[in-house]
Formats: sequence, structure tokens, C-alpha cells
Amino acid sequence: MSTPATTAPPPVVAPPPTTRRIPIWAMIAAVPALLLFLAVLENVTGAHDLTSSGTIAATLVATTPIMLAGLGGLWSERSGVVNIGLEGMMILGTYGAGYFGYHYGAWAGVLGAIMMGMIGGLLHAIATVIFGVDHIISGVAINIIALGAVQYLASNTFVGLPGGGSTQSPKIPDVPTITIDSLSNKLGDIEDNDTFFISQLASLLRALCTNLSSLVLISLGLLILTWFVLWRTSFGLRLRSCGESPVAAESLGVHVLRYKFVAVLVSGGLAGLGGGVLAMVASSNYRDGQTGGRGYIGLAAMIFGNWRPGGLLVGSGLFGYTETLGLRQGGTSVHALLLAVAVLALALALNQLRHGDRLAAVVIGVVGIGLGVVYFLIDEVPGDFTRMTPYVITLIVLAFASQRLRMPAADGQIYRKGSAG
Amino acid sequence: MTPRMTKFVLAISAPLLALAAAFVITSIVLAAAGDPVLDVWKQILSMPERRNVANIIDNAMVLYLSGLAAAVGFRMNLFNIGVDGQYRIAAFTAAVVAGEAWLPGYLNTALAIICAMAVGAVWAGIAGVLRATRGVSEVISTIMLNAIATALVAYLLRKASVRVEGSNAIGTKVIPEGSRIPNISIGSGPGQEIYGFVVIVVLVGFLYWFVLNKTRFGFNLRATGRSTTAATASGINITRMVVLAMLISGAVAGLVGLPILFGDSYQYGSTFQSGLGFAGIAIALLGRNHPIGVAVGALLFAFLNEQSNPLQILVGVSPDIVAITQGTIVLTVVISYEIVRRYGVRLEQQAVAKALVPEPREPEEANA
Amino acid sequence: MTSTVEEPAAEAQAGEVAVRLRGIGKRFPGVIANDDINIDVRRGTIHAIVGENGAGKSTLMKILYGVQPPDSGTIEINGEQVTLHSPADAIKAGVGMVFQHFMLADNFTVLENVVLGAEKLHGIGAEARAEVMRISDAYGLDIEPDRLVEELGVGARQRVEILKVLYRGARIVILDEPTAVLVPQEVDELFGNLRGLKKEGLSVIFISHKLDEVLRVADEITVIRRGTTVRTVTPDQVTARQLAELMVGSELPSPSTETSTVTDEVLLSVKHLSLPGPESRPLLDDISFDIHKGEVLGIAGVEGNGQAELVESIMGMRPGATGTIELTGTDLSSQSTRERRDGGIGYIPEDRHRHGLLLDAPLWENRVLGHQDRPPSAKGILIDKRAARADTERIIAEYDVRTPGPDVLARALSGGNQQKLIVGREMSSDPILLIAAHPTRGVDVGAQAAIWTHIKTARRKGLAVLLISADLDELIGLSDRIEVILRGRLVGTFDPDDVTPEQLGSAMTGAGE
Repeated sequence: MSTPATTAPPPVVAPPPTTRRIPIWAMIAAVPALLLFLAVLENVTGAHDLTSSGTIAATLVATTPIMLAGLGGLWSERSGVVNIGLEGMMILGTYGAGYFGYHYGAWAGVLGAIMMGMIGGLLHAIATVIFGVDHIISGVAINIIALGAVQYLASNTFVGLPGGGSTQSPKIPDVPTITIDSLSNKLGDIEDNDTFFISQLASLLRALCTNLSSLVLISLGLLILTWFVLWRTSFGLRLRSCGESPVAAESLGVHVLRYKFVAVLVSGGLAGLGGGVLAMVASSNYRDGQTGGRGYIGLAAMIFGNWRPGGLLVGSGLFGYTETLGLRQGGTSVHALLLAVAVLALALALNQLRHGDRLAAVVIGVVGIGLGVVYFLIDEVPGDFTRMTPYVITLIVLAFASQRLRMPAADGQIYRKGSAG
Repeated sequence: MTPRMTKFVLAISAPLLALAAAFVITSIVLAAAGDPVLDVWKQILSMPERRNVANIIDNAMVLYLSGLAAAVGFRMNLFNIGVDGQYRIAAFTAAVVAGEAWLPGYLNTALAIICAMAVGAVWAGIAGVLRATRGVSEVISTIMLNAIATALVAYLLRKASVRVEGSNAIGTKVIPEGSRIPNISIGSGPGQEIYGFVVIVVLVGFLYWFVLNKTRFGFNLRATGRSTTAATASGINITRMVVLAMLISGAVAGLVGLPILFGDSYQYGSTFQSGLGFAGIAIALLGRNHPIGVAVGALLFAFLNEQSNPLQILVGVSPDIVAITQGTIVLTVVISYEIVRRYGVRLEQQAVAKALVPEPREPEEANA
Repeated sequence: MTSTVEEPAAEAQAGEVAVRLRGIGKRFPGVIANDDINIDVRRGTIHAIVGENGAGKSTLMKILYGVQPPDSGTIEINGEQVTLHSPADAIKAGVGMVFQHFMLADNFTVLENVVLGAEKLHGIGAEARAEVMRISDAYGLDIEPDRLVEELGVGARQRVEILKVLYRGARIVILDEPTAVLVPQEVDELFGNLRGLKKEGLSVIFISHKLDEVLRVADEITVIRRGTTVRTVTPDQVTARQLAELMVGSELPSPSTETSTVTDEVLLSVKHLSLPGPESRPLLDDISFDIHKGEVLGIAGVEGNGQAELVESIMGMRPGATGTIELTGTDLSSQSTRERRDGGIGYIPEDRHRHGLLLDAPLWENRVLGHQDRPPSAKGILIDKRAARADTERIIAEYDVRTPGPDVLARALSGGNQQKLIVGREMSSDPILLIAAHPTRGVDVGAQAAIWTHIKTARRKGLAVLLISADLDELIGLSDRIEVILRGRLVGTFDPDDVTPEQLGSAMTGAGE
């Protein structure tokens, strides 16, 4: 995006402190640690739905579309194209799942969602890569077009079908789910035992082996595949080089525009699949307005995750979790989380103070204390505020961690062939 | 052709090219879906009745304000994607203030308008401050603020609302008669009236033109939009300009919902018109951020909206087809402006070269 | 224009021709960048191409590296005629290029940068790393493959660039102004590396306008002027002065100072100015100097030794400096850039496209830039368009800006005319201090002479000037006093009347330390 820099011009040689990447073992260890934390919180506050297997299963379903949108954003932005058209591509995906799913079966619905998303991606690629349109403008246009297109198409194709109409498709079949009965039941028993931490662990495992949608599994596979392709293959190296320094890439014979084009197409496909998951797994038909801004949230999750797959997973998990809590007797659960956030905010404030960022420390500290006070004053958080939570968290992260974030150096810049040299 | 003429022809040809392209693309979509292309265009391009003209003007007013709000940002190279959230939270505020009627008559109206602008400015200002002090992209932060505004307004509406008579919808207190802005009649029949707010809309358009093109502040703003580095070297305080530009953009955005509020609905309810913010971006692009251009763009969009309304009844085609046309216009207009701009620069460079003694030199990096 | 390629006497010993350019021409709208270029580069030699800024060197190299196609002429590589559509074609033909502005992705490791685009050769893993280390050792490039490029210094980055080219098996290496950003020791190292390449039978094309360096390292030198080849010579045939005259095409114009107009009145006083750097080394280190009314103080130094930081600190564009800066006795530290400008500082920035102009705005708006709140640009809170236009017309006439009128976009003007407009603008508010950073860089000879005249005229009227330049002749010709800056410190004061470019050069490189 064409953004005027507000900081002083960069000095000649200014190596910023390299951010150390979190090692894999720490990421894996984080899952039980998080469970332990939630277990403590459940005990302290008495909010018992924080780690139930139902909550975790719903979180998985809620996380997947956001993660797929974020993955789409990751492909696109790693190649240097900002994609706020993800929302529109997701919308196209929901329609694709509805239309092709109804007429040709579940897997055709999945393919249809991907294909429709790719059409959005194609539009974005043509506009930004070939015609050099500003990425944000193109994204806004695609969101407008996609919304109009699916409404137009829906009233052309769904009206008159059983259960269909201008704002929704007929019921569509679901992709197979995976359940391991015996294990599921046993884990259910352990979960109901209410043993500290063990129950929580059991409910996590139970969620994973009960009615787990194959699309959720496939999506997680796509996350790993993305990591492998972008960071472990020469194709990925070239693609990322287009986002970091397209001039350097072209000077080395990389067909920059071609890679950007492919990346945006893949981006559209992933976002479209995200829409498909919304229509098929999270729901059972296409509905108008189904995406509810999840394309934007996916983008936010990607930024939250510092343009890396692991971070993206954490970010979308956070959004998925808050969304789920908002739906399941959210009031008390979110109320419990308030306390957690208040404690975390105070810890973060101390950390900021240690790093010398006094302003951030004070602001975060005040927020933390404020949340703590609110926790003791009210019994339940209104649903509207639950819905707001992920967005507020993203804003706070952007405001106070943006210096740590490292977006691709040439992200959002319009590149024309022949700029090398 | 005189240089002035050339400039004018170039300026006009870009939007015309864009409209033609959007027209063709929409037709292809219609034909592909098996809808009657000709009938659709016949309806859309038919002469609107007086009553429809009034609707078009009313709709255009709202879109115009939204377009200007986006245009202020564009002039500074800022993307205020958050007009949507800003106008909703501002219109809600104005509805509450006007509904409470702390002041009598038009004083009440004025207070409500000022409050709306202030709230819009503050909401956009958050993004401005984050951008200026923490380097947060205003695109992302305004998207977040849109979602927060939606939830916040929904919550506050439930707190502050009264039930609308005879329906399940809820809304704020109705604005007293004395504080409403009377409509202006453009014909004799019923429905042939436009919002009286039109006066304020025209005033805002004039102020936009005057401040940006005639004042030092406007010069600073445009210079910053063209090159932050050159602006810094010339002594402009970029941080301040970013915040100010967002504040102004937000203040204008705060006005967007008010023509409807004071001229039609008289309260803010759960059915208050939404989605005006993104249309504003399209209109600002179409009108090249020029006050007259944006007005033409707003009228065009309003015209398309109004004329497509009866499509479903008359020819059995969903009026949503117009959204495709409008979205396509955004893309084609940017592309055609770029094509025309490059052509214009080439022409000018040739003119400069021709007018002078030819001296061989390397070209200035055209896109450096 | 004549364009004969003189066959040098040394032909017998030198190898066969690796690159043969014949009749290369390239036009841009309204401009002829290259016209009938003829060059032979022999195998196992270092061939320098010299010419003024804007003579067409860069365009020529872009053609040879496949970035732009030529409009006419032929390229032969190792006796075979080739058509280069893209850098990929050039790489395939064995041509590699080290750009002046490094083509490196900062957030990638050295290894990633090297293998990018050449993954087919040795993959992107262990095999590639081994190959990088082999080449690094063979040519003494001292490369650490797993470090991030952003952590590397300038010299190391350039070695990465060279390694990138060698990794692809290039036999013909083009270096575009490779020494511009290097300190002298790094230049020596670079030349050592280049001689190593030569020994291995590679051909090196070395583009520069630093004549002493060219004479030191090149086996043959081709001079380009106004887009065409003038002559090819060997270093023993010419002196630097003769080479310069070949480049310019006539007697070298050199500014000559007139009688001193320096007064006793201190105008700008800089005391203990320091600016901390990102690492331990400060960007500016305890700089103190005075400039008097009617005095031109020249700052000599290799680029990147703190000149830009010094200028930006005085202009108030770069926060973080300590020490005091006083203009006519007033402390500037709390003043904004705008207040400093209004206080009488004129500023000719180093990079006119980034800092001096609004390229897509008409000339009269560019006249207003930096003078927004002073007449004739402004009247109260309004911009006075009519007066600004009229004053632009005056500048156009007085400073000989070649343009059809004040409504033309700045982008459409040539570099020299853009610069004349900037000089005219900065002079028009009758500044008491002018900060001129490379005021004649990249402008044609005519404009250069005109700009010098204007500076001298203003100096006679009592203007104080801080002149930063890489052109030593310009510094010696215009300045009343020269300070040398090295690694952010002032390391020596010279009297331009009895200093030679050589003396300045050794001070600039720290050779005298």
C-alpha cells in the first residue's frame, strides 16, 4: 500500500536486533502450558466451559476458516501483494460450496469453494500484478464485487430449490467426519471426572477424536504444506524473494510477476476454501453474510502471527477461541478470561518497563488494572463486547508489538517489470 | 489542440473509458447468467421519474459525504477504510443527542451535528494516532475499528433505545419536530422532496475544495500525499498532518448518516442504512478526489442504485447486479486513469523535449 | 559524432574478445540515451567504462544485462551474437552484474540471497552451502553463509553480490560504480578481488567516474560522452586530466574562487554535534565549526561518512543529535524544520527526487514547497497562486530553466533543469545560509556552470554556504575553507588555495592517520 513513512529515513547500515524465532519444542510445550493455565483459571473463577471438549471442538471449527483466510493472506503477502480482498474471496467460496455442494456432492462443494475463491484471486492478480492497481483499492473493489456477485448468483440459482432462496442455498452435504468411538467415550469419562488438568487434557484429546471434520484436518495439513513449500523449496524461496526484494529477484532472473500471480491465485483458493468450511462444516448451507468479516480477521491473525505459519495458527486460534466463547454461554467464560487478560496485561506491562518502553508499560498497565476492576464489578460480559474482543486484541497487539513485527520488505508495493537496475 | 484542451480531454476520457469497460463487463456477466441484457439496460438507463430523481439526489448526498471523507484521506495517501464505522457511531451519537433535546429547536440540531463530527473525528483519530506514533497501518486499524464500532453501537443501542411502535425493531428516541431539517420540494407531487441537509452537503463540498486547493494547510496536506520525504524537507510536520488528516476525514465521515437522520428516519435504529463507507471509497476514486468529480460519481452510483431497484419486478433480474457494475467501476477507473496518466506524461515529456534544444541525456527514472 | 574504436597496442598479449558491442542505440521519449556504442572487452582483462553522470553508462549496462532491449546494434558474447530479453538470458550467456544499489533481500540469509534464481545448480541446502564456501575460499571473499544480510556491512554486502555472480558461473562480471559506497581499505580489497578474477580468466567491466581509481585498476578504458563511445585508451596513454577532458568533451570547466568575501560575523555555529548510531559507532562525533557571513565552507568526504546526517541535523529533519547549533546567535535546537527555513536557511537537498521536488506537481507548486508561509507563495492562510506563478516565471527566466511554462509537471524536466529550479527557489527567499548538498550532481555541464555562478554571486552578497560535494574540483573551486569528514568526525581543515585533490583524497580516506 502506498503509505507515507512517518519515521526518519533509515540510516545507512542499521541492523535492527534480529528477532529470535521460537523453537519448535517451545511451541509444542505451549499447548499443555496453556491448558494448565486455563485449568487454573477454571478452578479460580468457576467458569467450567473454558476447556470442555465441546468448547475445544467448536474452537477448532471456528479457527479453521480464519486460519485458511490467514494462510491465503500469507501466500499473497509473502509474494508482496497485500490482500484485503480475502473477505470477498471467502464470500465467493461460501457460494461455491453452496452451489457445487448441493448439485454435485460434498467434495465437489469443496472444490467449488476453492475454485470460486481462485476467481476472486484471479481478479486481484490481474488488477494488481498486471495493471498495477493499488492493492488496497483492488481489494476493496473485490469485496464489493464479490458481495454483489454472490447475491446476484444466489437469486439466480437458489430461488425455487427446496430450502433455498435469494439469501441462502438448500442444505448441502457435509464432508466425512472422524470419530474414534471407544477412545472418545473413555476420554469423556475422564473429562467428567473433573480431575485438575487431567480432565482438561482429556477434553482436548476427546475433541480431536470425536466428530472431527476431515476438512479441519486437511486445513491443518495445508498449513504445514504451506510452511514446507514457502520455506523449504526453491519455489518458496523465489516467491518470498518477490515480497522481500522484487528488484533483486528480477535481477537474478526470477519472473517476479509470474510468482506474484501464482501466489495471489493460491491465496484466493485458500480463502475460498475458508469460505467453504464456513458453509459446510461450521454451518450446513450457504447463507448471505456468512463470512461476517472473517476475511479481515484472517488478515489480522496473519499480522498477529508476524507473517509466519506458526504465529498465524496461534493468532487464528485466539480469534476462534474468543468467537466460540462468545457463542457458548459466553458471558461467564469471557468474564473469567477478563481476569486472565488483566493478569497477563500486568505481566506484559512489567516486561515493557524492563525493555524501556515506559509509555507502552503505563498504557498496558492501566488497561490491565482497569480490566481487573471490571472483573470484580460485573458478573457477566455482554455479548457485544465478546464479539469485539478479537478486534481490540489485534489493535492492542498492533499498537504495542508493531516494532517486533517484520512484514515482507516490499509488501504492498506495486512492481513493474524492468525495474531492476 | 491547445494544452488546456488536451488536459481536459485526457481528464474526461479516463472515467468514460472506465464506465464503458464496466458496462461491457456487466453485460457479459448478465449474458453468461442468461439474463436479458437489453431489458436490464433499458430499465437502468430509462428516464427516472421526478420521485426517483428525488431519491437519487437524497442517496447521492449521503454517498457524496462518504466519498469526500475518503477523498481527504486519499489526498494524503491515507486509506480511511473506516468511514463505515465512523459514520455509524457518529450517526448514533447525533441521534441520541438530538433525541434527548437538551437544547431547543435548531440549536439542538447544531449540537447534534457537532457531536457527530467530533465522534467521527475521534474514531478516525485513533487510527491516525496509531499510524503517526506507532506506525500501525491505518488500513488494518480502521478495519478493526469498524468491527468494534458495529459491536459498540449494537450494545449502546440496546442500552439507550426505546421500542419502535408497532414493530420489534428498536431505535433511539425520536428527534422532536422542531429540530428536524425540513425537506425541500422539487416538484408538486408526494415524495418529490429532497433532504434539506443538501445545503450543508454543498457547503462541505465547497469547504473541501477551498481548504485543499487554496489554503496553506491544504497545500501541506497535498504535498505530504505526493512525497513525504520532500514534505519533511520543506518543513512539514508529517506526524501532525497524519493525525489532522484522519481527524478531518473522520469528521466528514461523521456527517454521512445525518441527511437520513434529520430528513427521514428521525431516529437511529437497528435498520439504519449500512455499508455506505465502502461505496465512498469507490466514489472518491471515480471522482479523482475532485469535489465536482466526486459529486458526479455519487450521482452516478445513486442513479444506478435507484434505477436498478425495480429490476426484480420488471425483468426478473436481481438488482444486486449493480454492485458488480459498481465494483468493476472501481477497478476499471483506476486502471484507465493510470493508462491515461502515463499517456499524458509521455505527451508532456515530448512537448518539453520538442520545445527545447534537444540534449541527449538519460531519462529521469519515471517511477523512481 | 565520431565513434571509432581505437585498437589498443596491447592487443597482442591480451586474450580474445569476450564482449563485442556494435552500434548499440537506445532512445527514450524525447531523449537519446545511447547512440552508436562500440566496445570490445577482452577476456582476462578489467575494462573500465567512464563517463559523466547521464552520459549513458547505466543504460548501456542495462542493455548488456538484458534489463532493457537496445533499439539498434548487436551484442556478441564470445564470438556469438546474442539477443538478451531478460537478465535470465544474460546469466545464461555468462554475464553477471553487481549493481550500484545492492540487489539483496535484507531479511534473507547470505545463502538464500546467493542461491535465489540459481536453485537448479546446487539446490538450496547443504550442497549449495558447500559451493558458496568453496567459491568464497577460492577468491578470498570471506563469506558467512548463514548470516542475515541486514547484519552485514557495506563491503561484505558487495562481496556477497560478487559471489552471487560467480556462483552462477559468470565469466563476464559487470560492476556499476562499485566504489561509491566503500571506504578506501574496502576499495583496495575490492581491487584485489577483481585482480583475482582477472587471473582466473574472467572479464570485468568496471563502470565509474572516479578517474584515479579507473587508472589504478583498469587494463583498458572506454570513454562515453553524450550516449556514444568517444575513445578507448590504456591507462599508460593518458592522465586523469586528459581522461576528464575526454569525458566532458572540452576544456574542463572548473570553478575558480574570486577574492575572499569572508567577514568576521559568525552566521552558523555548530558546537559538539554528535548523533548516536544504531551500533556503538556514532553517526556524527563531536563536530564543531563556524561559518561566517560571505563564506563557503566545503565538506569533503567519501559518501556515507556522516554528511547526510550532518545536513539533516542542521535542518532539524533528524532527531536525536546532541550539541548546539546556532544561527546568528539563536539556538536552533527547539526549532522545527519549518522555523529553521523561515529563519533564513535555504536547502538544496542531495536527492532532488526524494527531498527536493513534488514530481507530479506543476513547477509553480514546487516553487511554493518549503516556502508555504512566506510571500510570494502565501497570503495569510491562503496560497497565493498568482504571485507564486509569477515568481516561478521569474526563476525560469533568471535561472534558465528550460520548460514551456510553470504549469508543466516537475517530472517532465531534465535533471539539470530540475536542479536549476531548486536552486532558484532556495535563493529566492534571500537566505542567509545555504546548505547545498551535491548541488551539481547529475546535471549537465551548462547547468553546472550556471549553478556555480549563482552560488558565487550570492556569496558576494554575504550569503554563507555549507557545501557538501563529492566533486573535489568543485569543492576546491568554490570553497573558502574545506573540512574533511571521516566516519562522522571532522579530521582536517584545508585551504583550497594550496591543497591538491590528492591531499584531500588521502585525508578523506584516512591515509594520513
